[in-house]
Amino acid sequence: MSCYTMGIDIGSTTSKGVILKDGSEVVSTYLIHAGTGTKGPGTVREELLKSSGLTNEEIAYTVVTGYGRKTYEEADAQLSELSCHAKGSHFLFPEVRTVIDIGGQDAKVMKLDEEGRMTGFLMNDKCAAGTGRFLEVMANILQLDVSQLEEEAARAEEALKISSTCTVFAESEVISQLANGADIPALVKGICRSVASRVGALAKRTGIEEKVCMSGGVAINGGVREALAEELGTEIEYSPLAQLTGALGAAIHAYERATAKERKDG
Amino acid sequence: MAEEIKKQRPPLDPNSAKYKLNMIAKKAYDDAFAAKERGELVGWCSSNFPVEIPETLGLYVCYPENQAAGIAARGGGERMCSVAEGQGYSNDICAYARISLAYASGAQADEQPVPMPDYVLCCNNICNCMIKWYENLSRELNIPMIMIDIPFNPDYEVSDSEVAYIKNQFLDAIRQLEEITGKKWSWDRYREVMEISGRTSRAWLEATATAKYTPSPFNGFDLLNHMAVMVTARGKLEAAEAMETLLKEYKENHEKGVSTYRGEEKYRIMFEGIACWPWLRVTAHGLRDRGINMVTTIYADAFGFIYKDFDDMCRTYAKVPNAINLEYARDKRIKLCKDNSVEGLLVHTNRSCKLWSGFMYEMSRQIGKECDIPVVSFDGDQADPRNFSEAQYDTRVQGLTEIMQSNKEA
Repeated sequence: MSCYTMGIDIGSTTSKGVILKDGSEVVSTYLIHAGTGTKGPGTVREELLKSSGLTNEEIAYTVVTGYGRKTYEEADAQLSELSCHAKGSHFLFPEVRTVIDIGGQDAKVMKLDEEGRMTGFLMNDKCAAGTGRFLEVMANILQLDVSQLEEEAARAEEALKISSTCTVFAESEVISQLANGADIPALVKGICRSVASRVGALAKRTGIEEKVCMSGGVAINGGVREALAEELGTEIEYSPLAQLTGALGAAIHAYERATAKERKDG
Repeated sequence: MAEEIKKQRPPLDPNSAKYKLNMIAKKAYDDAFAAKERGELVGWCSSNFPVEIPETLGLYVCYPENQAAGIAARGGGERMCSVAEGQGYSNDICAYARISLAYASGAQADEQPVPMPDYVLCCNNICNCMIKWYENLSRELNIPMIMIDIPFNPDYEVSDSEVAYIKNQFLDAIRQLEEITGKKWSWDRYREVMEISGRTSRAWLEATATAKYTPSPFNGFDLLNHMAVMVTARGKLEAAEAMETLLKEYKENHEKGVSTYRGEEKYRIMFEGIACWPWLRVTAHGLRDRGINMVTTIYADAFGFIYKDFDDMCRTYAKVPNAINLEYARDKRIKLCKDNSVEGLLVHTNRSCKLWSGFMYEMSRQIGKECDIPVVSFDGDQADPRNFSEAQYDTRVQGLTEIMQSNKEA
């Protein structure tokens, strides 16, 4: 009999979910731009069940992760997003030893061993620089959607330097560059480099071990991925499921727990 | 509307170490107020100033760092820091300094009042911010400042020339204090104080070393409270007796298989840095709820001052944690980790303490590598509550727990 497990990742700006069959086959995924404190997490569960045709009773185990994990009551267990991104990344790229996850309000770098176990991690300090929020603020000033940043950066012939680390100061800097008639693609490329420089420093502190992959919402942005690859001097693996990596990892953890419980119960 | 019901805690046994240690800390403040009322001079003293000097002279001194920690732990940190910032002090300055400077300027702090000083005693072996802090106290209050300079030590040993440099300053501080207070120095009394301080220190070191047992007979957060007595009163007879009681209790706990740590001790960690006093309950519960016992800190080693004479005392004060080089400081911590079977290191990146937090980036990496343990850091502050995020702390501690669990299962 098949074993279906669910992973839910409740972030600061989005909620994501994955249903897995037997710990390896992705049955259903869902993402909504509504994070913790909204109806987003509940919607994710409903939509996952609807699209998979499964019922609540058929889900053997649910693990919740992310910033909103503590307040979600429908799960069997909660785990940190660190362990879930590590697990999900190992599933997607078994050879990966360094995972860089940039989410809405934090950035983290995880070290994995050959079996995909997390052996250490570093996270950003209390500052929004180098996170998804930084990109959102910058996109807003440029009257662009975050999803347009990649395309804009690709059109740039050069990158304009953003000196300020602080999001608020960087915002002023971008505004004054705009006032001086700066080229928007060059400005966007500079913004991507600014994030890469900040997160790259964090990654270097952990000691980069290849292969490296990116997970989290910001991984979708090719401009940041490219800038980070340049910053670290290595290729960066990326999956279209990057934004769902935490939820995927949670679903794998759920599968491991469900099968361990089954073995225990005989 | 229902009234809040406060849980009544059972009164402490007067023969217990906790009661005795609490009383010593309280009495130090009471004695200083009483001395001030009698018209005696009262000093403010930095934590690593040689306590033996005021103790031998029979002076009453208060410790602004302890006062600031007390104020912060009782919820007054932000209010006092804001007062100092309103006076023009940057919020990048140590929060203990901001609280103390605010208090000195007349801001009320019912959380932990102290009598105003007639002189200040400063020693920079804890940090150099201390010098400017005390200079400002001295200038604002128009009172004398006695300054002892203990240079940062790049070696493992303290050279004879450094001892001579420190000794001359200690002797000069004694001379100045005799002049200021009219009290006379007695070498016989000094030897008594030295013996008592050694007795207190030996008991403290032995008590903290009982963490080598599994489970540890105590919750490491106990050390954060008890160390106040080690800092301020180790030269007092009652402190020696209280620490010996503490040692006896910990030994008894081990024999009975009990601990002051409530719950099952699943994981053992070292905590690095000054406590995050404004969020003490949150930080402690974040560990306890996951079965983590903080079994050791550098305080366990740092405040055990054992020396054989005045010269040796000078040498000891040049070997306090923040005055020594990275390698020596690292080795002390590695020993604590290994002696106490530590499974993880939790580092408080304390925004107030640039010195301590600054060298921890590299030192903690080396400790983690040598001891093969995960190292996790969190942002916070020793006294300014605005520099801490509960959610961020929680995720980091959970991540640490998950690695320690995975290591156990591997």
